[in-house]
Amino acid sequence: MGVTRRDRVLGAAMFGPALLYIVALVGLPLALAFLYSVGDVKVGSVGYHFVGLANFRSVVQSPNFRGALWHSVVFTVSSQVLVIVGAQMLALALRDRFRGRNAVRFLILLPWVAPISVGAIGWKWILDSIYSVINWGLVRLHLVNQFDTPMWLGDPKLAMLSVILVHTWRLLPFSTVIVLAGLTAIPRDIPEAAAVDGAGFWRTHFEIVLPMMRPILNVAVLFGVVFTFTDMTVVYILTRGGPYDSTQVLPSLAFFTGILGSDLAEGAAISVFLVPILAIVAWLMLRVAHRAEVV
Amino acid sequence: MGGRLPTRVLRWVVLLGFATLLAGPFVWMAITTFKRTTDLYDVKNNPFLFNQPPTLEHLRLLFKETLFLRWFWNTTLAGGAVVLITLLLALPAAYALARLTGSWGQRLGIGIFLTYLIPPTLLFIPMSRVVAFLGLQDSLWSIVLVYPTFTVPFSIWLLMAFFKSIPRELEDAAMVDGLTRFQAFLQLVIPISFSGILTVVIFSFTLVTQEFVYALTFISSAQHQTVGVGVPIYLVRGDVYFWGSLMAACLISSLPIAVFYNLFLDRFIAGFTVGAVK
Repeated sequence: MGVTRRDRVLGAAMFGPALLYIVALVGLPLALAFLYSVGDVKVGSVGYHFVGLANFRSVVQSPNFRGALWHSVVFTVSSQVLVIVGAQMLALALRDRFRGRNAVRFLILLPWVAPISVGAIGWKWILDSIYSVINWGLVRLHLVNQFDTPMWLGDPKLAMLSVILVHTWRLLPFSTVIVLAGLTAIPRDIPEAAAVDGAGFWRTHFEIVLPMMRPILNVAVLFGVVFTFTDMTVVYILTRGGPYDSTQVLPSLAFFTGILGSDLAEGAAISVFLVPILAIVAWLMLRVAHRAEVV
Repeated sequence: MGGRLPTRVLRWVVLLGFATLLAGPFVWMAITTFKRTTDLYDVKNNPFLFNQPPTLEHLRLLFKETLFLRWFWNTTLAGGAVVLITLLLALPAAYALARLTGSWGQRLGIGIFLTYLIPPTLLFIPMSRVVAFLGLQDSLWSIVLVYPTFTVPFSIWLLMAFFKSIPRELEDAAMVDGLTRFQAFLQLVIPISFSGILTVVIFSFTLVTQEFVYALTFISSAQHQTVGVGVPIYLVRGDVYFWGSLMAACLISSLPIAVFYNLFLDRFIAGFTVGAVK
């Protein structure tokens, strides 16, 4: 079906405003982020001097940054592993229609649908140092001593664990619905035929269902990585990066340096470290999209 | 349907376990909302029971003595404005990509899709300069200006798929009857796309309520805040947490969105699966 010249002109006119907006408020700030990272901008300063890679050098040498980079990796990888395993279990349990399915789906979706800042503050209360309801349960079950309960957000190791678990809690519903969409798209007779041929549940799942779900699992993981690696809300609300910077991640460090610390250049340099990961994800996403169109 | 008994038992064990973990915090918010402070702060009490009669004091405090209603209003106002801007930009753009740009449309569409991989935490530093340059710092209008950066790409992507599913013959027939293409878009395509447009409205609005980073960065005074930042940041005075009111606010700001969202879930998923599911 050809597109006429008139259509092309109208198309440009209709697409123009959106394009202009995106160039001005996504393209320009993105370019500025790179520009700031190689300059010397501070809040309130006028003028701009090119300083080359000086910001990156000072950033890379700082132990805070190295810590944050490492925490970001731990935070992203652990929560993604938990999310993907959990999402598959949940999706399998939700695949068939049964009574109460919609009610269960509603409950399971709550963490994703509620504003994350608000969900995180709920967890802050659950993990409170004195009134933690989890600790109350642990004491009752005689798993911990009443006078030496875990400090979920006060101990570096437990704080990292808490941040990971809360983020997993938040992202699990999202991945579940995506995986579920992939699962329900598989024709039912294929796994059933495998079952008739004598393949057990696990064998069917790992050798037939999983390979067929590859593209959709890729999508779930790629979005999961973006949402986790670039998130600072959970960390900001639960721990503010503490105790002793033990949960500081790249985005929160960029916020504390660039916005609260007024060092725009160094903050920009830190957030530019998110770009390689995003670029890899974008590239993989294009491959997924490309394949989906060919099939 | 239903399956064998062991399968059904296993299914419910998995579902109930996850549902407890995922929805549990909201139950705990609800219990906290109606509990007296002295009951909350007595560590000897069973936290799941009402050891003292329930109270509405936390709700009274929240509505009468905090800026909660103001934040609610701010969020609604910003949400409404963002939705309007999003529709004005995304509707024509999506139609152009679906019908008027030929092979270019495909590529531009993918480009648009990729822009929603660019996160606020990469843009917030330069964006704070842009906002300051426009004189919008500490104003609700800063987020009205900036939020369409994530609602517009997502909406274009959703609407583009929606428009492609409408048969071309419909517009062709209307154009034979003397309408111009643009008139056909306004008078035919938009009315029959009502459900797609409604989806965009719901999702743009929920994305506004969920955003945290930009609002935290651009808006510095409590009375201009949205619910998403106001509740977790400004409801805490110094180091004093008013847990009862705080949890009431969490619950009130989560549930209405959850109900709406659930109604439109399937469309939303379609926007994320990039065609990996047919």
